[in-house]
Amino acid sequence: MPETPSKRQLLQGNEAIAHGALAAGCRFFAGYPITPASEISEQLATLMPRFGGTFIQMEDEIASMGAIIGASLAGVKAMTATSGPGFSLIQENLGYACAAEVPCVVVNVMRGGPSTGLPTSPAQGDVQMARWGTHGDHPIIVLAVSTVSDCFTTTIKAFNLSEQFRVPVIILSDEIVAHTRECVELPAPEEVYIINRIRPNVPPEWYKPYEGDSRGIPAMASFGDGYRHHITGLVHDDHGFPTENPGEILNFHQRLTQKITRGFPEIMMTRSYRLEDAEVAIIAYGSVARSAMRAVEEARQQGIRAGLLQLITLFPFPRSHVTPVLKHCRAVLVPEMNMGQISREVQRVNQSFCAVVKHNRVDGQVITPDELSTRLIKL
Amino acid sequence: MSVSAQTIRHEYLRHNKKFPHVWCPGCGNGIVMAALLRAIYRMELSKDEVVLTSGIGCSGRMPTYLDFNTLHSTHGRALTFATGVKLANPALNVVVVMGDGDATAIGGNHFIHAARRNLNLTAIIINNSIYGMTGGQYSPTTPFGAQSTTSIYGHIEHAFSIAELAVTAGASFVARSTVYHAQLLDKLIEQAMHKQGFAVVEVISNCHVQYGRRNQLGGAVDMLKSYKENSVTVARAAQLTPEELEGKTTIGVLADRQLPVSTEEYEKIRLRAEQSGGKL
Amino acid sequence: MKKNQASRYEIRFSGSGGQGLITAAVIFAEAVGVYDCQFVCQTQSYGPEARGGRSKAEVVISDAPIDYPKARRLDLLLAMNQAACDAYFRDLSPGGLLVVDATLVEQYPTSRIVAIPFTTIAKEELGREMVANMVALGAVGVLSGHVHAASLEKALLARVPIGTEELNQKALQRGMTEAAKVQLDTLPRSIFNDDEV
Repeated sequence: MPETPSKRQLLQGNEAIAHGALAAGCRFFAGYPITPASEISEQLATLMPRFGGTFIQMEDEIASMGAIIGASLAGVKAMTATSGPGFSLIQENLGYACAAEVPCVVVNVMRGGPSTGLPTSPAQGDVQMARWGTHGDHPIIVLAVSTVSDCFTTTIKAFNLSEQFRVPVIILSDEIVAHTRECVELPAPEEVYIINRIRPNVPPEWYKPYEGDSRGIPAMASFGDGYRHHITGLVHDDHGFPTENPGEILNFHQRLTQKITRGFPEIMMTRSYRLEDAEVAIIAYGSVARSAMRAVEEARQQGIRAGLLQLITLFPFPRSHVTPVLKHCRAVLVPEMNMGQISREVQRVNQSFCAVVKHNRVDGQVITPDELSTRLIKL
Repeated sequence: MSVSAQTIRHEYLRHNKKFPHVWCPGCGNGIVMAALLRAIYRMELSKDEVVLTSGIGCSGRMPTYLDFNTLHSTHGRALTFATGVKLANPALNVVVVMGDGDATAIGGNHFIHAARRNLNLTAIIINNSIYGMTGGQYSPTTPFGAQSTTSIYGHIEHAFSIAELAVTAGASFVARSTVYHAQLLDKLIEQAMHKQGFAVVEVISNCHVQYGRRNQLGGAVDMLKSYKENSVTVARAAQLTPEELEGKTTIGVLADRQLPVSTEEYEKIRLRAEQSGGKL
Repeated sequence: MKKNQASRYEIRFSGSGGQGLITAAVIFAEAVGVYDCQFVCQTQSYGPEARGGRSKAEVVISDAPIDYPKARRLDLLLAMNQAACDAYFRDLSPGGLLVVDATLVEQYPTSRIVAIPFTTIAKEELGREMVANMVALGAVGVLSGHVHAASLEKALLARVPIGTEELNQKALQRGMTEAAKVQLDTLPRSIFNDDEV
């Protein structure tokens, strides 16, 4: 096993995601080339075999998603990375991972959309798709990254949440974060906090693959380790067998939802910046949060008491973090490189506490600090 | 063999909650399942080291009934799931059972690439020329002119020949049988599972309910009889003219070749990566 | 508005795809960030084409963590062709410095300019036109005053393909020597003020 680089190095966001995955213990990556996510594949094609892991380029994104589910079921932490068009293709098997509770991480480096869209331009158009893209009611965790350092740490966090709650976790990046190079100092492997899925500790004949523990999360056996069991995307009972019994169907849905609800405190992550005395605030995520931070700084120099709530967790929507900001501020600005996908969520939780103002850009251009500070000053 | 076929079946069937099965009386799927179990029994594989994967459709339910590590995946994607399982744990013996629509329509792309990639997997494709579970719509192997619920005026497309497709796509081992030739079938499955590389066994099977009924082919017994009458071995087929082969099903081993297997090749990649430190 | 980020220094490397401008910017950023231990952000924008088309790469240097990663008012613009010079000149801050490849840029929009024939030097003195980016990198390093020469050299050696180290190093040195001849204090103080020439 090679030494993990622990010295200061200049990395792209995409490269940092690859390093984060390896640090989290990911040893299987399947992907399909797509701008602006391809560097993640390229990095892992080089690094994965050095860590004793496996890289494979599949025939499409549907296959990539299938392969990472298979690898995870065989006990190996797995990830894929794509952009909008590929994210559309993975949705079918993403739903499978939700239903069968297969831990895995999906990175979507968002480009301008819809359809083939603007492959080399930044956008944040896939936010609601990350939440609701696959059919049926399902729990999901969606995280957003804004810096190279975030790419590393959030990828580790994504794997930890995925393993802890047995859910697919989606990381939303964007072209700016993906291709920006910054210096990071990667920690030594022993310094990284890692969560691994709970393995069954009962004899195989007692094992029920979908019986939740006190928090609703079932212990997970790997194929080949003696706990022969059945995995299906059909609604199933505690044994994993298909069921049409209304009571068992209801149990299935309730447990899937409740295991996430119970985990809210661990799952919901935000960063506050100068919010203590803020009268106006920005709620932002991804690369836009960086422009927002600069805008807040410049608005403050103009005498405006501005602050920023940066969302790391987009879904489950961090209502408990957002509500206090809405209550304490006169107005909240929600800038996004889309037509307003998180502002819908902010408006949903805003019970007439304050004015929620959208600021949207879909022209393939970055939202600049200037345009945000101008909006802040007028709020 | 001293042990009865029934004993073997009961050795591998799951005895906790999951019966009755969904297959119609007389369905060929049961014959394929029993042949697979005889092959596994003869190979003396432990249940723990077998992973049985399927897609969606009637064939997709097979893993539910069997006491292995079983994976009922999404429609057409069984090979992609199996690819992940095999690469993550190459010690597992991974068998993928699919239907004709599953493997060659929605999963056609995965199928040809799995054959090209040559991972050590065994693919059993039960070809009944129809989408049975959804009510008898035409599939990529429905013959020209045939009736189905989506071709009531006669089918105007041409059928894939699955085994020949697998040969062309580069599979290491390709064989074909029918459900009538049950003993040939278990030998072919055994050979396929022993094979290092991607191995395909196409099984011509009867869906008398959705296909036979609409095409005046009679019931299950009539269809099996027709398989008996219209099948020729590979050796015999070599002596026949194309005209004589018209309407016949060639059974036996169609391809058996030694190609580099991707799990073994990837081991070499790991070694190269480690030695070079990523710089070539 | 008062420019609060006094510590921020912004450079843009621009030209056409295939001139190696992103490589130059990455080496610059690595020198500043990894070896000089300053805060740095390197970004780029590009089109679908691998060669030709407009290409730009930016490096933002700061002594504090960098929020907004892209350049806003350039302190130094390197333009390796006329199109880039015309397109990005207006992004320079008034006190910013324009550095152009004198081989490919003929019309100068300001007198606050350093014009060095990077491509000619690469082609005729070093024998390989493709190292013009490294000649330019050496010059930008010196003219920016924001990176140590030794750091730039270390970063270059770590990034260029095996077997080309010597050529690239020579190109970098050549650019540094050329830039050292420039007397910045004799240039007009503003890109808009030509009277002081």
